[in-house]
Formats: sequence, structure tokens, C-alpha cells
Amino acid sequence: MKGARILVEALKKEGVDTLFCYNGGAVISIFDELYTHGKEINLIQPRHEQGGTHAADGYARSTGKAGVVLVTSGPGATNTVTGIATAYMDSVPLVVFTGQVSTGMIGTDAFQEADTVGITMPITKANFLVKNVDELAPTVKKAFHLATTGRPGPVVVDIPKDVQMDETEFVYPLTPDLPGYRPKDSGHPRQVKTLKKYLHEARKPVVISGGGVNSAGATELMNEFCDRYGIPVVTTLLGHGVSPQHEELNYGPIGMHGGLYGNYALQNCDLLMAFGTRFSDRIMGDPDVFAEQARIVHVDIDAAEIGKNVSVDLPIVGPISGVLEELNREESYGDYSEWVEELRTYRDKNPLEFEQSEVLKPQYLIQLAQKYFPENTIVASDVGQNQMWVAQYFHFHRGRRLLTSGGLGTMGYGLPAAIGAAVGNPDAQVLTVSGDGGFQMNMQEMATVKQYGLKVKILVLDNSCLGMVRQWQQLLFDKRYSGTCMNDNPDFGLMAKAMGIPSMKLEKVSEAEQTMKAFAESEGSMLLHAVIEGEENVVPMVPAGKPLDQVIRKM
Amino acid sequence: MGEDKSTYTDHVISLLVFNHPGVLSKITSLITRRGFNIDSIAAGPTKEKDMFRLTIMVKGDDRSIEQIQKQLYKIVDTFKIMTIHPARKVEREIGLIKVKAPMGERNEVLQMVNVFKGSILDSSTSGFVVEITGSSDKVDSFISLFPSNQIVEVARTGIVAMDRWEKQ
Repeated sequence: MKGARILVEALKKEGVDTLFCYNGGAVISIFDELYTHGKEINLIQPRHEQGGTHAADGYARSTGKAGVVLVTSGPGATNTVTGIATAYMDSVPLVVFTGQVSTGMIGTDAFQEADTVGITMPITKANFLVKNVDELAPTVKKAFHLATTGRPGPVVVDIPKDVQMDETEFVYPLTPDLPGYRPKDSGHPRQVKTLKKYLHEARKPVVISGGGVNSAGATELMNEFCDRYGIPVVTTLLGHGVSPQHEELNYGPIGMHGGLYGNYALQNCDLLMAFGTRFSDRIMGDPDVFAEQARIVHVDIDAAEIGKNVSVDLPIVGPISGVLEELNREESYGDYSEWVEELRTYRDKNPLEFEQSEVLKPQYLIQLAQKYFPENTIVASDVGQNQMWVAQYFHFHRGRRLLTSGGLGTMGYGLPAAIGAAVGNPDAQVLTVSGDGGFQMNMQEMATVKQYGLKVKILVLDNSCLGMVRQWQQLLFDKRYSGTCMNDNPDFGLMAKAMGIPSMKLEKVSEAEQTMKAFAESEGSMLLHAVIEGEENVVPMVPAGKPLDQVIRKM
Repeated sequence: MGEDKSTYTDHVISLLVFNHPGVLSKITSLITRRGFNIDSIAAGPTKEKDMFRLTIMVKGDDRSIEQIQKQLYKIVDTFKIMTIHPARKVEREIGLIKVKAPMGERNEVLQMVNVFKGSILDSSTSGFVVEITGSSDKVDSFISLFPSNQIVEVARTGIVAMDRWEKQ
């Protein structure tokens, strides 16, 4: 069997139902095999490989399955780099297949040659150059195993043209040959026992739900943990979706743009249990005074995350689900009701709020979107102010519902990620919220929405500038708005129309409610161009590197 | 992390890795990417036929060295990592030193070589090629005996090291 066919058969063995792919000279024979032997695989062709990679990322985050990408050599591969780096920073399982020039041509600066393995080395969990057709099937097996187990992440498999044409017998291994790869399958029982002891001793416990809780599919277990023992929870940007039934236990987003009460909980707790988070600088502010009074317990599948950014009192390396199941077996822990009352009172006095005005406020629009979109809507945000407003004002009651580029902060992520989510969840309502800046970075993908008849609602919050950077310029650079203004934006409605997508424009507060309702209830895809207050800021804001209680409440 | 370099000490990390293409560059680029400098690196085959051993010397504090080890362990081609304990290590390095030794100064150089239990690998009327084997410090001190314009060339292997037997 030819290498190209082997790849197609291996994908089928892995149960791949969707391939985000873009053709080119070095993968043409794989596409040819897909034509005859890959009918059960849904081919989604983006308009740019970056869009395709983000789409695979959105597919993976929303379904929990690996997102699979196929692109050609050289520019095809380099165009996926931002998408791969985005997935790497947020631990998203991707398998990216890239074509490569023939083995004999490697190193000669051949046409469309790039050192894909070299370029993607720092942004992949593992990567492979397949130099011999006999290695192809075993490498595919390894790639899927590595991408989806342990701490998930992107894996690149680079396949030269001659390897695609060479023949060998197709044998798909049952298990991957990876003797150096042994992710922990359970937390150490003695450490978990110590955590239980800590819980018995604590008076003011708090849980941080990080991205690992979503990727482990453990949001329900986390809800149970919080509800049953009365433990308050806060979330990182990637940890949204945890939602205890008891509202007084949910203290929402934390960190730079977290609510005052979420950060208050962190700074005043005596036991901090962090699940699946890497304590990024955007969460901790000043690491020296972060959760100073607390014992810190860190549960993570990746041993390298423990102690990386913050010293911990109790490390637990292992899968989150197993640890939560074990914790949930206990009859009871302490009585934390006084602490919960303290937090609730604090939140009542310091709610998340914004000033309504005559000009459209983005926060209000997000609240309206929450009101009119179904509860299980998948929201793909872009990056910047729009992202923070979504995180603050849209509440997610299930895991895998907020798709957002947290670690890398990739503008242009929203629309293509929404495409991937729509492909992977044909029955779900999918909404993408972008700013005018990020939207223009990948707006060509509206053509993909149209081509596949996807139901993607596109909300563009247009303040005619790069809002988050402008906010920093207002705060730190005396409003010298250099390189942040976008006064000559295109007519987004016309752009949408050109790509076959209907649109609406919203400028007046008085029309906001009915427009959002019509937008949410519309059939198929739709773009809503909302012209918002130009100098609106995201608050609260803890300036970078400052303690979480040195917060700017109003700008 | 890692800004205060006053607490940095030498650490020897010994890795057993699969002999797959690119593994050396994966390991060295990871160390660089995480903000460390490699002081020396030595690679060679081991008793396991598809693996080789890397002995890497880096400077850092205990916490940062622990972090770099954990990161190195995440490389799929890494099979095993050991830190060589500073108090219990045996280490060797070979240095080849091309040193000028014109007539009249030759005896002096030869005496130094004898003191260091080195050997002469090549000699000419202009000088010698000397081999010094021992700890890195020993190679360093041999080189420091000569003014820099007397040393023509130095090639060093980087150290290889392992822990001693446990005391019975």
C-alpha cells in the first residue's frame, strides 16, 4: 500500500471524522487517496492554513477529540505555526500533518521546503519527520496517543513526498511504541490523603478551576466537589464552565481582569487548591504576595508545572478526575459556611458592574447575548477587551463552552475556532465575539462558513481601535494612541454580504435588545456589526505584576 | 525565577535518551529556551544499544535545575534523567592542548605535563600537543599555567560523570 493511502487508513483507524486541510504540491497524493478512500472523513477547507489550524483547535476544545490538520510543505506548514503555538500554550490536542519535499531533496532549499520539524520544535508536545514509509503507521499511532493523553498538546508529523509514494504493508499498531512516555495515571494516595487532612483543618478553602478541568472533562466532578462540601470556586480564563448549583459558591474569573470578589477569595483563603492551572502571570499578579496566607495545593497532570511559577505546599501529580473522585468519597470536611458568607457579603458590596450610557456598551451587549442565546451556546472569543468582557459577563454552565486563546493571546482566533466548533457540534448554537481588530485578521474565513453552510453567529464589537492596547496607552502612556487606531475599517456588513452571509448593524442602545434577539434567533449564519463606545475600558484591572488587591476599579 | 545568579552552582545532569534523529537539538534547544546556558555537553553510546547518554553541565539554583529536569523529562525521547550528586560524583574530562614550546623552554613545559600526569600526543620544534585527563578543574588549572599567547589551541570533551557506588 502506498504511504498516502496508509495515512488515510490510519486516520480511519483513529476514528477521525473531520480533517481541516488545505491542498498543495507536497500533499496532492494524500488528497487523491482521500478522494477514493476517505469518503467517511469530512474535509473542511479553510481559506488560510492558520484559519484551518484554529478551526481544528476549536473543534478539539469543544468536542474533546483531537483536531486534525493536513497542509502542504513550506508556506502551508509555516502558516500553521500560530495555530500550533496557540494550541500548545493552552494544551489543546492537535495532530498536524505536513507535506515535505522528497527525502533526497531535504536540505537543498528545494521549492516550498521548510524545516517544519525544526520550526515547530518549541511549540509542539512532540514532532516527527517520517523518513521511511515503514515508520508511517507507527508514527501516526504515536502522534494521536501523544496529542490526547497526559497533558494534551499539538503533535506535528512531517511526511516527505517520496514516503507518500513508497509502498509497504499496512499494519496499524495496537499500542504506540513510546517507552519514554509514561504519564501518571493517578495522584499519589498519600498526597491525596494529606489534601483531605488539609480540608479538614481549613476554615477558608478555595478551588481554582483551570483549563485542565475542562480538558479532563471534569467540570461535573468539580461542581459536585464544591456543592457537596460547600467549597467556593474561582476560574481561570480557560477554566470557565465549572458552575456549582449553589450560586454563593461561584466567584467567577480571577486575575488581571477578574472580579474583585474572585481575587479577594484568593488573597484571603487559608487553603488554595489549584486544579489544572499553570499559575500564569495574568492570574497571580505579584507572585511574592499571591495567596500569602494559604497553604497551596497544586493538582496537575504535568509534573513540570508544579513549582514552576509558585512554590506549593502539596503537589499532586495525576489526572484531575481521579483526584476529585477520591475527594468526593469523603462524608464531610470542615464547616466553611462563615467563609462563604464572608465572600457573599463582599461580592454583594463589590459586584461586577459597568455604567450604562447613551452609547452602546459592550458589557451590555454580552449580557444581552447571554439573555437571548441558548444556555449551552459555544462562545469563541477573540483576544483583547472583547475576550475579557465575555469572560466577565457571559456565564458558562458546562465545560468546553468557552473557546479562547488564553496563553498565546492570538488575535484572529475567534472566527476560525467557531468554525471548528460548528463542524464538531452541528446541533449547538455557536457564537463568536470579536473586536474589529481581531476579526480582520481572519475574516476571510467567512467564506468557509458560507461554503459549508455552517451556523456561526458573528458578533463584531467595533470600537475602531485595538481596544486593549489603547486601554494600556490610556493608563500608562498618557493617551498617546500610537498604532492602535482603525478609523478606516471596512464596512463589515458589505464584507459579509460579499461572502454570502447576511448581516445587521447596531448603533443605538434603544435598538440593542430587539437586534440581539433577532440575531440570536436568526437561521444559519449572521454577522452583527455593533458600533460600541470607543474608549470603554475593561475593569477591574490589576496592573501587570502588581498584587491582586492593588486594583483599578474605574478608569 | 532565575534572576538572582548568586545562588547558582554547577549541576551535572545525566540523561539516557533514545537515539532518534534530532534528539540532541531537542534537548539543547529546550535548555536554551528555558533560559539556561550549557557549560558543557558530552554524548556517547551506552550499554543499551538504541540509547545514548548525555552529560550536561549547567549553572542554576536547585529550584531552576529541578524545573529544567522536569522539562527535559517531558521530551518523549528522554528515557531517564539523573542528577549527579556534587559530593558523590566521579567525573572525567579530557583536554587536548596545543602549547608553544620553543627550544630553551621545552623542559619547563614537560615538567608541567609530568606534574599533571599528562601525556604528549605530538611534538615538533614549535611545541607539543598535550593530553590532560581529570576533573574539569584539573584541565582548567593546567591551561592557566601558561600565558594565553603560549596556548595555540584547546579542545575539550566536556565532562562525563556518574555517581559512586553506594557505601556498603
